[in-house]
Amino acid sequence: MPALLVDHVTKRFQTGRKKKPVIAINDVSLRIERGEVYGVLGANGGGKSTLIRLVSTLLTLDTGRVEVFGYDIERDEMSVKRIINRVSVDAAFFKKLSPAENLLYAARLYGLDAGSARQEAVRILSRLGIKESRLSRPLEQMSRGMQQKVAIARSILTSPTLLLLDEPTTGLDPRSKLDVQTFVEELRDSHDATIVLTTHDLVEAERLCDRIGILNDGRLIVEGTADELKELVAQDHDQEPTLQAVFMTYTGRSLDDDVEEDGAADDE
Amino acid sequence: MTGRAGSHPVTNGATSAMTTLAREMKASYAFVERNFFLTKRYWGWEVGWLIYALAGALSITLIGQDQGDQRLLISLLIGAVFWNYVSIVFSFIAETVAWERWEGTLEYTFMAPIRRYTQLVGSTLYAVIYGLIHTGFVLLVLVLFFGLDLSRADFLTAAIFTLLGSLSLVGIGMMAAILPLLYVERGAQMTFVLQSLLLLFSGVYFRIEILPHWMQVVSAFSPGTYLLDGVRRGLMDGTPVTSLIHDVWPLLVMAIVLIPVGVWTFGRAERYAKRTGKLKRVG
Ligand SMILES: Nc1ncnc2c1ncn2[C@@H]1O[C@H](COP(=O)(O)OP(=O)(O)OP(=O)(O)O)[C@@H](O)[C@H]1O
Ligand SMILES: [Mg+2]
Repeated sequence: MPALLVDHVTKRFQTGRKKKPVIAINDVSLRIERGEVYGVLGANGGGKSTLIRLVSTLLTLDTGRVEVFGYDIERDEMSVKRIINRVSVDAAFFKKLSPAENLLYAARLYGLDAGSARQEAVRILSRLGIKESRLSRPLEQMSRGMQQKVAIARSILTSPTLLLLDEPTTGLDPRSKLDVQTFVEELRDSHDATIVLTTHDLVEAERLCDRIGILNDGRLIVEGTADELKELVAQDHDQEPTLQAVFMTYTGRSLDDDVEEDGAADDE
Repeated sequence: MTGRAGSHPVTNGATSAMTTLAREMKASYAFVERNFFLTKRYWGWEVGWLIYALAGALSITLIGQDQGDQRLLISLLIGAVFWNYVSIVFSFIAETVAWERWEGTLEYTFMAPIRRYTQLVGSTLYAVIYGLIHTGFVLLVLVLFFGLDLSRADFLTAAIFTLLGSLSLVGIGMMAAILPLLYVERGAQMTFVLQSLLLLFSGVYFRIEILPHWMQVVSAFSPGTYLLDGVRRGLMDGTPVTSLIHDVWPLLVMAIVLIPVGVWTFGRAERYAKRTGKLKRVG
């Protein structure tokens, strides 16, 4: 049974009454095995976050089917929710509250015991380089990178078997980035977690991901291991065998399209 | 299916229903505790809010003093205190949703494995407790200020009507919470519209009987009408609950109808938000 099965999923957004809908995810299918780290790359507006939100049950599917460890996200929503968690680009917290208070809230929602949740949070955060003494000061006093680490702690606290990381290292300094990357590797190796990771950092993708898929304009254009993709651009497109070349080749036009769509109401 | 990650022990129907209930109760405490933390963090504002409420209630009640009519004074006092209670419960419910939407935590709350009624019951429960404490304080100050003699009052009647009426208000509050859910910038403020209608149609500061007929018909559907009537009779005339059954049953019916309807409508709005991508803040 795959950890995540996405089967012909489409998601459109209606942005205005007269406008054509944006097709954020266009007939995407993918299959991720247990224990894999799957990277989703793509230009801004490619559909990465939308895909993550669909799997997180934060958006409903227009068509298609998603299963997490065999649970259908629509029919077995509660079971799916219990085994997934997500980290978004922005660290969404009650910023006036402390990390401890925010994490306690999250833990209670998942039925965790307050005492052991705190111990676990302290352990995870110290692993990520945040001292226990910072836990009781308001989150707004923390830097963005530190907040992001607390967000990662929140997601791990509930021991998800499928972890969805949407640009977890964007905006982090090189050392913090490394902390987070090492932590992701640890999770994969020791926690039996399957991870879907979106990133704009190609080095990170190459380092962490067992397989990589490229989303462009909502379509999954190619997928494979980093080596397979590099070989593909070298053979088919006569490019240098780098992930940079892979990205450039497969995400060619998407940003321009995005601009056009905003400008003209009916450009087809 | 077996061998699935995170699988749960198979239990029989009754036990699993009990564990579900226990789990949901525990989870709804998460909202009470979190909101308590938020109140604590903003205690300075709470004091300001209390002054605002006191000044407002006092001004209204002084009209009774001005008219030299003790009955009018008490009647206005009860109206003003009720109005304070409604404002607090409503704005608290609406604000916590607006706040969660603003901070982006709403996505995390919606991802959690809890039922929507757990979330709504937890947040509204806190709003009611907070509202009762706040309003109780305002009431106490007003009674002392005017040196009222409440020895004839039936406090049990007042308490029962307040609690019973709160249930309906909670149901309406859940519906009001849809606005900030869908419209993060202005939604919370628009709940004032609902509040003002309650003000008009519940006889907060005047007798329902003076309204035009059609407005009286609308009043019959406001829980505030019965709540206020019950509390006034209890506090002013010392009427026991047992003589006020005609005010009790409409409140019971409304509570039984409005709470499920509130949860249901909120669920519909959530579904709509998830279809149209309205929950998103950034990323
Ligand atoms: N809630 C929404 N409402 C309307 N349109 C949306 C919504 N969310 C996403 N979109 C549109 O769907 C498309 C895909 O957006 P998405 O956020 O998934 O891209 P992304 O790959 O995560 O981009 P980035 O790299 O910038 O994070 C974009 O055209 C975007 O405008
Ligand atoms: Mg994104």
